[in-house]
Amino acid sequence: METTTRSSAIRDGLGVGLAVGLSGLAFGAAAVTAGLSVAQACVLSLFAFTGASQFALAGVVAGGGNLVAGTAGALLLGVRNSLYGLRLADLLGVRGWRRVPVAQGVIDETTAVALAQPDEESARTGFFVTFVSLYLTWNATTLLGAVGTSRVADPAVFGLDAVGPATFLAILWPRLTAKDPETRTLRASAAGGVAVALAATPFVPPGVPVLLAAVPVLALVLRRPR
Amino acid sequence: MSVWQAVVAVCLGCYALKLAGLSAPRRVLDHPGVQRFAALVPVALLAALIAVQTFAHGQALELDWPRTAGLGAAVLALLLRAPFLVVLAAAAAVTALLRLAGL
Repeated sequence: METTTRSSAIRDGLGVGLAVGLSGLAFGAAAVTAGLSVAQACVLSLFAFTGASQFALAGVVAGGGNLVAGTAGALLLGVRNSLYGLRLADLLGVRGWRRVPVAQGVIDETTAVALAQPDEESARTGFFVTFVSLYLTWNATTLLGAVGTSRVADPAVFGLDAVGPATFLAILWPRLTAKDPETRTLRASAAGGVAVALAATPFVPPGVPVLLAAVPVLALVLRRPR
Repeated sequence: MSVWQAVVAVCLGCYALKLAGLSAPRRVLDHPGVQRFAALVPVALLAALIAVQTFAHGQALELDWPRTAGLGAAVLALLLRAPFLVVLAAAAAVTALLRLAGL
């Protein structure tokens, strides 16, 4: 039993790492098209390592926008990683200096895979396998996409823009369809998040709607403290 | 602000944000309300991310038919209990084919 959940965590992690890692091609291409150098694109993938923020900065550079505002927008998108950290701190059980390398892996994909696992041991396995495989592919494909921009067509042609949402959907699916007393609360959180984010989209800068999805959860927790 | 300065600021800031959550003090993490919030919030944020990535273009809401159909194909694949990579391939293939068809 333990080995099967652990190997399924490894399979999940590798699958997400490789599949999502491919969108590094799109980032590398978008960054260089936007006017970033190959080195700047690679530095962002190596050290920022959080796709949404990276795409946001490239978008502002492309549009010739204000770089201070663009930086602030990219950081705002990164705030959700802090919220993920609150959950992962206990799940991963890392303390002291070990947090320094592990923190770099606290992103959407690793959190999603870790939370999809049935126990803490496989959650840790899922986190680290996703982190390592995604870090390696994301950086390799960023370089490839940045260097080969002229030869890479628009990623939308290959339907790559549907892969991101499909990935998160596939990861959340088992939790939202499980026969578990917690499922209803999880569904309510998901539905509340979707409703708030879409309703807010026209009125606030990109990045903020996803953060506002935390508000209905806050309301849920304050109303029914356990 | 030069582009390099923006790149370095984004790198440092994004890392600091990740480390901040992971390094929250024990008494914060042990608070039952915080635990409940931290357990539910990733689901809400990831669900919101699915919606925004599918239906938002900057600050505009848009219905991109090929992408929406791609997500529909992913749902169908999930209902059929297809493996993870098949789900992603279905989403990308349906989106790409509909774009090719000029939708």
